Amino acid sequence: MSAVYALYSSPDAAQRAVNGLYAAGIAQADVVVMSGEPFEAQPFAHRDSATWLWYIACLGGFVGLGFSTWLTRMTELAWPLQTGNMPIVAWWPNLIVIFELTMLGAILATVLTLFVTAKLPGRLPKLYDPEVTNGKILVGVENPAAATLPALERALMAGGAAELKRS
Amino acid sequence: MSEAYSRKLGDDLLRPLLETSWRFYLIVAVLGSIVLMGLGTWMYQMYMGFGMTGINNPIFWAFYITNFVFWIGISHAGTLISAILRLVNAGWRRPVTRCAEVITAFALMIGAMFPIIHLGRPWLFFWLVPYPSSRQIWPNFRSPLVWDFFAITTYLTGSVLFLVLPMIPDFALVRDRTTGLRRKIYGALALGWQGTPKQWHRLESAMSIMAIAIIPVAVSVHTIVSFDFSMAPVPMWHSTMFGPYFVAGAIFSGIAGLIIAMAALRKFLHLEEYLHPVHFQNLGKLLLMMSLLWGYFVFAERLTVWYGNESAEIAVLRVTQKGSFAPLYWTMVVVNFVIPVSILSIKRLRTIAGCVVASFGVLVGMWLERFLIVVPSLGHKYLPYSWGTYRPRPVELLITTSTFAAMCLLYTLFAKFVPIISIWELKVGEQEPHETAQERSARVLGEARP
Repeated sequence: MSAVYALYSSPDAAQRAVNGLYAAGIAQADVVVMSGEPFEAQPFAHRDSATWLWYIACLGGFVGLGFSTWLTRMTELAWPLQTGNMPIVAWWPNLIVIFELTMLGAILATVLTLFVTAKLPGRLPKLYDPEVTNGKILVGVENPAAATLPALERALMAGGAAELKRS
Repeated sequence: MSEAYSRKLGDDLLRPLLETSWRFYLIVAVLGSIVLMGLGTWMYQMYMGFGMTGINNPIFWAFYITNFVFWIGISHAGTLISAILRLVNAGWRRPVTRCAEVITAFALMIGAMFPIIHLGRPWLFFWLVPYPSSRQIWPNFRSPLVWDFFAITTYLTGSVLFLVLPMIPDFALVRDRTTGLRRKIYGALALGWQGTPKQWHRLESAMSIMAIAIIPVAVSVHTIVSFDFSMAPVPMWHSTMFGPYFVAGAIFSGIAGLIIAMAALRKFLHLEEYLHPVHFQNLGKLLLMMSLLWGYFVFAERLTVWYGNESAEIAVLRVTQKGSFAPLYWTMVVVNFVIPVSILSIKRLRTIAGCVVASFGVLVGMWLERFLIVVPSLGHKYLPYSWGTYRPRPVELLITTSTFAAMCLLYTLFAKFVPIISIWELKVGEQEPHETAQERSARVLGEARP
């Protein structure tokens, strides 16, 4: 057996099971929760909510800003042709390219950070049940220690699960 | 939200993916034939040369550039509206957002093709791509055409990602409900999504950031498209109001496109339970507001030109309002302003059918508006000896028709292979407490009392 878990129909029941597991001495990081939708009202949904995503998006924007400033200026100086009576390095039109690449940098940084931190793409873990996407909430523990198993099973059943499952 | 409702959502919204009727094949065959005809016509135009079109001195921009501006405008239906509704947390957005975002992605792809078609020699398109030639010459970044490249690339990238990211949990749902090859394909598309709190939180944070980033990009795209015109010293083009005028027009036509797409989805995919009359009512109000705004912009533009009485601009004004383009101009005014305002300002007429009728009119009117911006001005530049006119040739008509078919075909295929309504977002919507107007007013009044 590599995992034991239970499926819950309501987020309150899942939260009770999660609380029970913590009370049984299971570390927060070892408790696995999966759901087919986010449950912002439940405390279990706020695990791992600290993120650098906003800062990384800003950083991506700054990288885009720096790159586009360099690109526009460098290309205009590399072959200094005067166009439409504009200066060789014409900041007004350059601002358009700079704006677009700044935003592109922020967008790409956001998506890359999402993929890295959410571990996407990845393989489905052994502890997974297709019922999750049908509205059930999975709460379980991977590789539980034999000594903790009875307390763990009691905590999962106390949450209101119909049955325990193993994978 | 109950498990039974969750299952029902999945059953209803995945039905188009899992069941295929003969009508789907018929629609794809008909639309595919028109698209193939358009591709064939484009090949013919490339082989025979650009002389096959009606484009000639002095009108070097005509149908293709009209289509370019029109489709980029339609693209504002999706991501911009979806991002704004997402940021203001409008609950009614949930069934609408994906229908809208898809329009953006496909309309941008179609719109971006037109400058390439217009090149005549599309194999030289790479000259616009910002990298140095063998003589180390870069494209001129001071040219509005290069700005278009950057703006459209950024908007297309952002819009596609904005569309695709919230599709991942729905792909996981399809993966878990199917078997065989389908399961493998949707499993690959789901990227191993499990639905852990961390994944949900990261996805929602990323969507919030994307929504904030994509709004200014969407505004910039159509502003930059307007710069293609307003940077040129051509009568009635060289105007500071072209940026906001184009953006307002784009949102206007975008909402109209979205209403038609939603009505078609509702009817053909039987989504009456998810796309309610209230969604059309709300979009109808937006369309009404944009119709009034469009009317305001047209009035401001026309009044300024008429009052200024500058001879070249007055020539363009006359030819559009009283001359050979007058039938098109007044049709535009009627279908963009008179009909939508008449229908949508009366609550009893703001039904699904009313919104669809108004939207069809707006699409026709906005295409005419683009045409009337492009052609009459080029035909009446400052020196009268260079005046001329334009008539479209069959190649332009066929290619234009085929792009409308291409849009319908892409949309049909998308709705066949991807849940057209975001299932997980609907589920989240069901978690929110349902309050009647009386309950809400009682609560708000109760909170306000000392």
